[in-house]
Amino acid sequence: MSAHPTTKRFIANATEALADPQLQRAMTNVRSGFIDKRAAVAAKLPEFEALRDSARDIKNHALAHLDLYLEKYEANVTAAGGHVHWARTAEEARKIILGICHDAGAKTVTKGKSMISEEIALNAALEAAGIVPVETDLGEYIIQLRDEAPSHIIAPAVHLNASQVESDFRRVHTHLDAGRDLSEPVQLLTEARQVLRSKFLAADVGITGANFLVAETGSSIIVTNEGNGDLTQTLPKTHIVIASLEKIVPTLEDVSQILRVLARSATGQEMSVYTTFSTGPRRAADLDGPENYHVVILDNGRSSMLGTAFQDMLRCIRCGACMNHCPVYHAVGGHAYGWVYPGPMGAVLTPTLLGVDKAGHLPNASTFCGRCESVCPVRIPLPKMMRHWREAEFERHLSPATMRSGIKFWAFFAKRPALYRFATSLMMNVMGWLGRDKGCFSSVPLASGWTDYRDFPAPQGGTFQSRYQAHRKSTQNNGRAA
Amino acid sequence: MRLAQDKAASRAPRVGLFVTCLVDLMRPSIGFAALKLLEQAGCKVEVPSQTCCGQPGYNSGDRATARDLAEQVIRSFSHCDYVVAPSGSCAGMIKAHYPELFADDPNLAPKAQALAGKTHELISFLVDVMKVKSVDASFDGAVTYHDSCSGLRELKIKNQPRQLLGSVNGLTMVEMNESEVCCGFGGTFAVKYGEISNSIVEKKTGNISESGAPTLLAGDLGCLLNMAGKLAREGKSIEVRHVAEVLAGMTDEPPIGAPRVSAQS
Repeated sequence: MSAHPTTKRFIANATEALADPQLQRAMTNVRSGFIDKRAAVAAKLPEFEALRDSARDIKNHALAHLDLYLEKYEANVTAAGGHVHWARTAEEARKIILGICHDAGAKTVTKGKSMISEEIALNAALEAAGIVPVETDLGEYIIQLRDEAPSHIIAPAVHLNASQVESDFRRVHTHLDAGRDLSEPVQLLTEARQVLRSKFLAADVGITGANFLVAETGSSIIVTNEGNGDLTQTLPKTHIVIASLEKIVPTLEDVSQILRVLARSATGQEMSVYTTFSTGPRRAADLDGPENYHVVILDNGRSSMLGTAFQDMLRCIRCGACMNHCPVYHAVGGHAYGWVYPGPMGAVLTPTLLGVDKAGHLPNASTFCGRCESVCPVRIPLPKMMRHWREAEFERHLSPATMRSGIKFWAFFAKRPALYRFATSLMMNVMGWLGRDKGCFSSVPLASGWTDYRDFPAPQGGTFQSRYQAHRKSTQNNGRAA
Repeated sequence: MRLAQDKAASRAPRVGLFVTCLVDLMRPSIGFAALKLLEQAGCKVEVPSQTCCGQPGYNSGDRATARDLAEQVIRSFSHCDYVVAPSGSCAGMIKAHYPELFADDPNLAPKAQALAGKTHELISFLVDVMKVKSVDASFDGAVTYHDSCSGLRELKIKNQPRQLLGSVNGLTMVEMNESEVCCGFGGTFAVKYGEISNSIVEKKTGNISESGAPTLLAGDLGCLLNMAGKLAREGKSIEVRHVAEVLAGMTDEPPIGAPRVSAQS
């Protein structure tokens, strides 16, 4: 999917998603699971709100001095014996990674969870080069078996139910006893572990993403819950980190602050199970670790967001809280958004990466309820940025003609108060009279998007302003009479 | 006596009632309920010339139209001590977004900021500014309350309506599940993405029904029209009203979406 975005088909995607009872059932897990857990763990930490401020400030500082910290990071990685590669585009990133894999003579590559890998469609490129990519995060492993894209940035298989995973495992793991019991989720986990163990040992290259790149030490950090990332980055001879450039933070002290809001916002954990640091290849005295250590830093349009209304988006630490709390995401799931990044963060980021002409639906498909911003650990004003995209579309005449003319028609009257009062009073009297028997209209011209699904309540008749004028006249007259 | 009255009147804050275009057009009785509540609280209320706050244009990316309409509101209401709207969404537009809309305009920015500083949503204005602790009203039965998004998140309106509803004789409050989750209205969103909006409001009407309360209240007419329209389509006989109608004791009008003719017969 990452290679072929379906963002333009958002409405059709949403229709399919809403008609999929299995998906709808799975999405109730998001509503009940993530939200309550985050609220509980945040309530237990008195300084949670202050930590959100400090996380925001740290990221803002890093972005304000991005060049400085990236160069410092590169110097420290190099000093530790690693290599930093700069990729301006997805294509450059793929070329660099394929080159490293080629030099390593790689036949199989294990992978930790990485959204950048999805963004650059790395698996397809590896396969085309005759290299077998093996996803080792349980959710990623499941969707790889199904040839699907992740539907959530931290819970890639959240759109599935356990029974679907069971049938996928039975379809693919044909070497195992057909009569085995897989009715419990833990049995699915154990089976995935067993299958993956030999693949960890056989891999020539391990590729991981990064939650943070630390400038002062040249370290990259991943936070995981399954330990698969550790095996991915320590067992093969070559470790490649792929990360976008805004993952940089100045110091370990900064990281330790942001970590306190990351897992709490994401899964409602105080800390994720593993927080793993990697700094360069194995040293002489190290017992394990890769012989070769590479970091590929991807721009892919992000640097063009600096200094614009979208710069704040680069604070994002990919916790997923915005989508976990989004009513639109709950309704249609992640795949409907049509590309790598779903939910509110995707609605802001995707138009940057693909172009607003291709991804224009995403920032429009929001009620602006503001719940995403209210839970964002780095306080990104997501609705405001979606509005910026709407403005960009409006300026470039990309928004639908019916919407544009509707707004213009409304504004024509709204800018002329006297005409507005006359016209609306007349119209509301007519509509009030038409709707008096039923109290509702079951269809309204040009508003089928409303009346296909719900009635439109009839107005009372007359307007407040006309009634108020009459009311004032009568009270004044009464006053005089008295 | 006359002098004392004049003196009291001169101390009374001068409130410009911004009824909002939806209330103006769809349900004037909410405007009269707001008028009554404000006067009971000791305000001197006037209704300056008004149309729309500009939010539909603003949220559709039409900044120029939004600015034109915002300027109109600034001109009409600047002389008031306070601007009060029976809507968290429209009050939020003036309070939170007008300053941003004119941030790059040295002439209008201070005016927008001044207006934002004295603009309030009705119920929070009564409780937080006018220090109203109770109302003189009766309502027989249980109600459930939906927290509309802009009021809740932009203006922090949560306890104020509950506090005043708690003082209404005969009224019991029953909280629904997920009262803070969006109803799916979102202005033009409800028409542009009707199917998604429907999925969201379906969950909301499910929570409303499960609460068991025969009456639904909220502080924003847009959300109320959406929820009332869905409840009507589902054939559920839950009465839907703006919270101001109940607080003002003005519940003679048929509820939102209910027939007018049969209600009178």
